[in-house]
Amino acid sequence: MKQSITLGKVTNFVGLGFLSTLKDLFTGKLEREDLKNVLRKTVVPLASMLLFIGLWHLGAKSLYNIEAEFKIEKALTDQGPEAADALRSCIASGDSSCQPNTLPSPSQVWDSYKSLLRDHNIIKADKAAFIEKTAVLNEKRLAEGKDAITYTGRPSFVDQIFRSLKTVFAGFLLALFIAVPLGIFIGLSPTLKSAFNWFIQIFKPVSPVVWYLLVFMIVKTLLIDSSEDSSFTISFISVGFCSMWATLVNTAMGVATVDKDYINVAKVLKLGPFQKIFKVVLPSSLPLIFTGLKITLSVAWMVLIAIELLAQSPGLGLFVWEEFQNGANDSNAKIIVAMFVIGIIGFLLDRIMLTIQNWVSFDKTEGI
Amino acid sequence: MSVIIENKQSDILKKQIFPSHEVMLDLKNLKKVYPTPKGDYVVLEDLNLQIRKEEFVTIIGHSGCGKTTMLSMIAGLNPISDGHISVLGKHIKGPGPDRGVIFQAPSLMPWMTSLQNVLLGVNKVFPHATKAQRHDIAKYYLQKVGLEDAFDKKASDLSQGMQQRVGIARAFAIKPKVLLLDEPFGMLDSLTRGELQDILIEIWNKEKITAVMITHDVDEAIFLADRVVMMTSGPKAKIGDILNIDFERPRTRKSVLEHDDYYKYRKHLIDFLEH
Ligand SMILES: Nc1ncnc2c1ncn2[C@@H]1O[C@H](COP(=O)(O)OP(=O)(O)OP(=O)(O)O)[C@@H](O)[C@H]1O
Ligand SMILES: [Mg+2]
Repeated sequence: MKQSITLGKVTNFVGLGFLSTLKDLFTGKLEREDLKNVLRKTVVPLASMLLFIGLWHLGAKSLYNIEAEFKIEKALTDQGPEAADALRSCIASGDSSCQPNTLPSPSQVWDSYKSLLRDHNIIKADKAAFIEKTAVLNEKRLAEGKDAITYTGRPSFVDQIFRSLKTVFAGFLLALFIAVPLGIFIGLSPTLKSAFNWFIQIFKPVSPVVWYLLVFMIVKTLLIDSSEDSSFTISFISVGFCSMWATLVNTAMGVATVDKDYINVAKVLKLGPFQKIFKVVLPSSLPLIFTGLKITLSVAWMVLIAIELLAQSPGLGLFVWEEFQNGANDSNAKIIVAMFVIGIIGFLLDRIMLTIQNWVSFDKTEGI
Repeated sequence: MSVIIENKQSDILKKQIFPSHEVMLDLKNLKKVYPTPKGDYVVLEDLNLQIRKEEFVTIIGHSGCGKTTMLSMIAGLNPISDGHISVLGKHIKGPGPDRGVIFQAPSLMPWMTSLQNVLLGVNKVFPHATKAQRHDIAKYYLQKVGLEDAFDKKASDLSQGMQQRVGIARAFAIKPKVLLLDEPFGMLDSLTRGELQDILIEIWNKEKITAVMITHDVDEAIFLADRVVMMTSGPKAKIGDILNIDFERPRTRKSVLEHDDYYKYRKHLIDFLEH
């Protein structure tokens, strides 16, 4: 009993309340009254998911038919009836060389997902074997003062995910370290506020693409002597600059609008500026700062894909772009897999931030 | 008619001039003007009031007459338009820990525990004390207000009454010369209010500091005060009348209620407010 209460608290806390309802359903603890609620929270989302997949399936099928008809028609006018018949039977046989290229069906996407995982396992094994093989050699090379040999094979889909996460966290940290201190200064000083306001208003709406180009211009020149690949640097800096605005604005607002009572207390106690900031101003603006950081992280993840693509920096964005260019017959399905992965990771990041936000916030009703 | 009242009042006020070594707080020709879109609004004008050392003064007056304005000026949180305020003969310039304030809302930092809230001021006022000494001071006052079991409770988890107790502990712990209270018990139920009045008087008695308290409650004003100061209605509010409460201390609620003068005092205050 006690355990289920705490579990319920935790799941509610991280915003996954339906899990505990589900648990109640199985442990048979529910009254009739609650049944409707449970249905609404579990059955309805499941049903709508199934409906979504069904509609997707039908839509994909009809798009497939349109594309196939068009191809056959074209073969008929261009090359005559024999070619058209050959194409028709080729399409019907399921031969991958002549399949119409359109929206993949749910089952194709699922197959691609499995094949991407298989591919990942192969690459992982390959990499492990390589490391084992070169272990002795590398030790010797290091002892001789040479660089170790590293694995340079193709990254797997899962590797791409982790690279994207790395880029997004680097960008997020950059945003955090710029926007929070700057926001504090702007919030504390009306002079700084008017000095920076135009700057914020103008740069906030700038599109990720333009940020990327701007960062590219600057970083390229700064790293002109370095032989290293600057694409990671450029993409994480661009991500940081695109996403920091919400945190900057929220921090400045939080700091500028600290409850007058708290400020009066600080004044009566004659707290020094350092104490005033760290004991009063910052803690009281934490909820707003974290709301800003949550928006920043989700914006960072959203613009990341476009920026990786532009910067040719390894990650999910580049993966999507390469699959699109590649045009292999399961490319479209892989792109859809990437889309779901991006969406789910975005959702998880948001939940993590929400949990942290609830945890640091003194007022549990705020910030959801 | 009004001339007679004026004369009577100025008689009372004239009597309230004390030798300077007895005076803790001196408000001289105090004026406060709030600029508004419709022109300046003069809240206080020619306000004169002296408060003696170790005295407990309560202030009553109609809502909006400028009581909070006056108190926040004494606290140094609100600029003075004209005239001056001095503490022990020295003109005040801004706020300082020699004047502790208990606000109507408890205004604790909700992210801190009760102990941390009290320590916030103690650390500032006793920078040379050891950590243990500062903790002892803070805990002593928290015990005094009956919170010995709630040192480490988050302020946001305390009830209104308990929060205001922390507020009292925080104000006394910085050992101010003057304690300013703006309707500190206004938001509490009458039972809690009575308890906190007793606590306040007990600590005040022990610490021998000067207290100025705004209240809307006539009984509270009489029970706590050496003198009740009545403010005229605004705009241009000033001191309208002052009533000396001559009950001996320590007082109990029962002895005060049973005293012959109690209803005389009460009638005086209510007549003033209804006038
Ligand atoms: N910052 C301000 N700017 C303009 N006018 C103000 C300001 N603060 C207060 N006032 C006005 O000054 C007058 C006195 O306000 P104050 O808060 O001092 O009254 P009060 O006696 O404390 O009232 P209450 O008993 O309701 O607390 C009111 O008419 C109020 O509207
Ligand atoms: Mg007031």
